[in-house]
Amino acid sequence: MEKEKIEQIRAEFPILTEQIYKKQLIYFDNGATTQKPRCVVEKINSAYYHLNANIHRGVHYLSQKATEAHEAARQSVAEFLKADKREEIIFTRGTTEAINLVAFSFGEAFAKPGAEVIVSVMEHHSNIVPWQMLCQRKGMTLRVIPMNEKGELQMDKFAELLNEKTCIVSVSHVSNVLGTVNPVKEIIKLAHDQNIPVLVDGAQAVPHIPVDVVELDADFYVFSGHKIYGPTGIGVLYGKEKWLNAIPPYQGGGEMIATVTFEKTTYNELPFKFEAGTPDYIGSTALAEALRYVQEIGLNEIAAYEHELTEYATQRLLEIENMRIIGTASNKSSVVSFLVGNIHPYDIGMLLDKMGIAVRTGHHCAQPLIDSLHIPGTVRASFAFYNTKEEIDTFIEALKKVVGMLS
Amino acid sequence: MTINEIQNEIVEEFNQFDDWMDKYSLLIDLGNSLKPVDEKHKTPQNIIEGCQSRVWLNAEMNDGKIIFEGDSDAILVKGIVALLIQVLSDHTPDEILNTELYFIDKIGLKEHLSPTRSNGLVSMVKQMRMYALAFKVKSN
Repeated sequence: MEKEKIEQIRAEFPILTEQIYKKQLIYFDNGATTQKPRCVVEKINSAYYHLNANIHRGVHYLSQKATEAHEAARQSVAEFLKADKREEIIFTRGTTEAINLVAFSFGEAFAKPGAEVIVSVMEHHSNIVPWQMLCQRKGMTLRVIPMNEKGELQMDKFAELLNEKTCIVSVSHVSNVLGTVNPVKEIIKLAHDQNIPVLVDGAQAVPHIPVDVVELDADFYVFSGHKIYGPTGIGVLYGKEKWLNAIPPYQGGGEMIATVTFEKTTYNELPFKFEAGTPDYIGSTALAEALRYVQEIGLNEIAAYEHELTEYATQRLLEIENMRIIGTASNKSSVVSFLVGNIHPYDIGMLLDKMGIAVRTGHHCAQPLIDSLHIPGTVRASFAFYNTKEEIDTFIEALKKVVGMLS
Repeated sequence: MTINEIQNEIVEEFNQFDDWMDKYSLLIDLGNSLKPVDEKHKTPQNIIEGCQSRVWLNAEMNDGKIIFEGDSDAILVKGIVALLIQVLSDHTPDEILNTELYFIDKIGLKEHLSPTRSNGLVSMVKQMRMYALAFKVKSN
């Protein structure tokens, strides 16, 4: 992307001009959450000012308008993920809720004592704990795909783990710590050869790379709105229609029912069956706006520019003595995790913060991964398309200063 | 020296610097010069797990006074551990229980004692007071 274009983009994100401790903010914590462009914030405002009424089943004008907006948002998400049908899109509170939904509902329908769930060693706690809870509930075992020293999943080991007891595979598309882009298409193919469904955690993927759920042949694909420039509290579960029809509802309440008597309740059809209670129709509408915004810029352009930033940052980081880049997969997205010698990540993060630079430190909610690497955590810089090489330069100078203070 | 006299001395020492970098350099020096915890005291019971860093704290009673030892894997946290030990160690349980810790705030390092930093320090301060209470009850 050209400089001028990036300047234009930056102007759409008012928070980027904030001063932190009287220093210009440099925001490299996009893996945790992204900043919001003006159009998304304005969409939230205008929806509350002009479109607010509880959706579905309302006979009045405003309720109709709000319903249309929520359903149009569902259509936008379906198109964004290249899904076949809008009914395959379920709105959730985020990635975590979407995984919990599948772990619960799929588990109720298909999990049996003695069966196995496969996850990978690089999963976020959100893609470990719901499965552990399922395993505990049903007397099942969690199996783990290991990785090599570069931070790439060992596909031969994965193939060995698949067996007739495997009930589902759940893996991240992109690792939030290592940045590794996992070969999910191949994973799905291998699992499908044995009729095993696959859930893909796309939280760290959708903001950075174009995703086509049909081409991937994913059974479930989940992501969060706030990581792709949308609001917090809204997320997406894509599920193939056949699976969503085959599994029971997750929560009961309004919206998800067809008829209710005290003796028996029949459930609504897709997608409403999985959206109990008043849905976040303001959030869905604003998420659709965020998706429109990134598609207007172009996901391929975004991917190419962010790749350039990641490469540049990695190369500049390596100028620093005792630099240890954690995660050197050949296919990497927008995340650089590192350590310098034996300096604790907390110390680096705290001092960078004092210089106005926001990075994340610690185990990044992936403790099993961090433990397997025998490190106390990492410092993680994660980039978005509004970041610049100049910011990376400032970050490197600051980091050199910090390392000087700490060694 | 009383606990408050020590606190005031620390405040004076830190406040001679205007630049945050100098303050943090002092904190790092304090962390580096903290007497290491005896290996036999680095037991799982003495670990205070924070999400970001971990702290070790050991307490023993000696002649009516509590002697604290502490450590951390992060040097900035260790610097604050050193300060807390400097302030509270070698005092009676009553002195510790009746103290208001104000120096951290006054030297501009309050953020390290915020629960949201999850570095183990908030739990450490609580734990130091718990030891004081426990030793007090025991000696009565």
